[in-house]
Amino acid sequence: MSLWEYANPTRFMATTRRIVPVVAVLSALCLAVGLVWGFFFTPDDYRQGSTVKIIYIHVPSAMMAINAWAMMLVASLIWLVRRHHVSALAARAAAPVGAVMTLIALITGAIWGQPMWGTWWAWDPRLTSFLILFLFYLGYVALWSAIEDPDIAADLTSVLCIVGSVFAMLSRYAVNFWNQGLHQGASLSMDREEHVADVFYYPLLLAIAGFVLLFVTLVLVRTRTEIRARRLHALQMRARMA
Amino acid sequence: MRRLILRDLALAVRAGGGFGLGLSFFLIVVVLVPFALGPDTSVLSGIAPGVLWLGALLSCLLSLDRIFALDYEDGTLDLLACAPIPLEGVVIAKACAHWLTTGLPLTLAAPVLGVLLNLPVPGFWWLVVSLALGTPALSMIGAFGAALTVGIRRGGLLLSLLVLPLYVPTLIFGAEVARRGAERLDLGVPLALLAGVTGAVVALLPFASAGALRINLR
Amino acid sequence: MMPDLGKYAGTVLGAYAATLLLLAVLVLLTWARGRAVRRRLEEAEAEAKEMRRG
Repeated sequence: MSLWEYANPTRFMATTRRIVPVVAVLSALCLAVGLVWGFFFTPDDYRQGSTVKIIYIHVPSAMMAINAWAMMLVASLIWLVRRHHVSALAARAAAPVGAVMTLIALITGAIWGQPMWGTWWAWDPRLTSFLILFLFYLGYVALWSAIEDPDIAADLTSVLCIVGSVFAMLSRYAVNFWNQGLHQGASLSMDREEHVADVFYYPLLLAIAGFVLLFVTLVLVRTRTEIRARRLHALQMRARMA
Repeated sequence: MRRLILRDLALAVRAGGGFGLGLSFFLIVVVLVPFALGPDTSVLSGIAPGVLWLGALLSCLLSLDRIFALDYEDGTLDLLACAPIPLEGVVIAKACAHWLTTGLPLTLAAPVLGVLLNLPVPGFWWLVVSLALGTPALSMIGAFGAALTVGIRRGGLLLSLLVLPLYVPTLIFGAEVARRGAERLDLGVPLALLAGVTGAVVALLPFASAGALRINLR
Repeated sequence: MMPDLGKYAGTVLGAYAATLLLLAVLVLLTWARGRAVRRRLEEAEAEAKEMRRG
């Protein structure tokens, strides 16, 4: 049995019906434990005070903002190459979730930046890249909703996703070139110098796991909805023909 | 292909073709800037390169939806798809015609408008160079956006939403060249990057645009 | 129970509140649309079965 078996909508529906409750509960659990641990039982940072607690939502949402786009890119490629409808619908389902994750990362970042940098917003490369990413999500969602024929919409948004990915990377480097940043380096890099301390590390990992699982849950549920909507559309078309 | 470019040029220059529209829009944007920011010449000369780039970019947007929409509606595009030249070539010809009717006039008009904004003297040459290098990319990216939205009625606003984020790298490097030129700084790196972006865009996007057109014509 | 957040209490609580609000909206919208589509699909399926029989 290969992975592609799940490209069959019926099989996908049957399998995910059993999976969705499990991932939903797991994600709620991870989020609850990670965030409660992070919020109530971690010390304040000696420089940043209690604002360091924002890391438990800021870093996971930022990671998911990028991972969601990466997932959409993979799903779009699979759709263009193998023409599996589930793949195209999964890409469509992931876009609003990714957009909200980007928005959360931007908002928590702004709220965090206010006391730390003395400004809500700075035209820092990381912040600017995320704003551009958010614009890409908006365009992608808008293009999906503007086209009536679902197959053409899936094709065109896939092309947009691929071209958009290239331009998103390009913008990232362009923006880096354009302005030096205030933002600190990677929170989870291998380099111990800029890595966060262990006390913050484990609840952060749990929170990240929670966000990943939440993303998976939401995408599965939304994909199921999209498959149903597709079937509904087909039934309505058939009824109109008859 | 040359015939196609000439035909598009003729259509654009003819009444209602929107040839002068982009230029007039560019002029108006530049005239409005001092009203918004005050007539202080030192402020204006500092922001002039950026404002001129932004104005040129926005004027470029205006005529994008004309690249394919009219031909799509009257069926010319279907004929072109069956023509002996590949659809990629059609896209290049269309983008080229768009550049000749908007990008090139904008580039030539920019120094004149630079006088209005008190652009420093060394900036003129580099402004023209950066626009000449950057506007082909704007036309090509715009043709891609137009190819994506050609089947959508009233797709103009959506087209802007799709195309503007794609303009970011070109705008950053182009405005950087113009700014550094005006301030007499070293500008080799952004100039090379701007040329690189344009080269890559012109080389690769025709394939994506032709793909999008084929999907829309199916 | 409540940890001492010091002078940044508003900042931290605001960030958490904004996040939870956004996530709640997202989950609710996903759930509501899922339910609506499922109901409409069931109706349409029933109708289609009716037509095939009748």
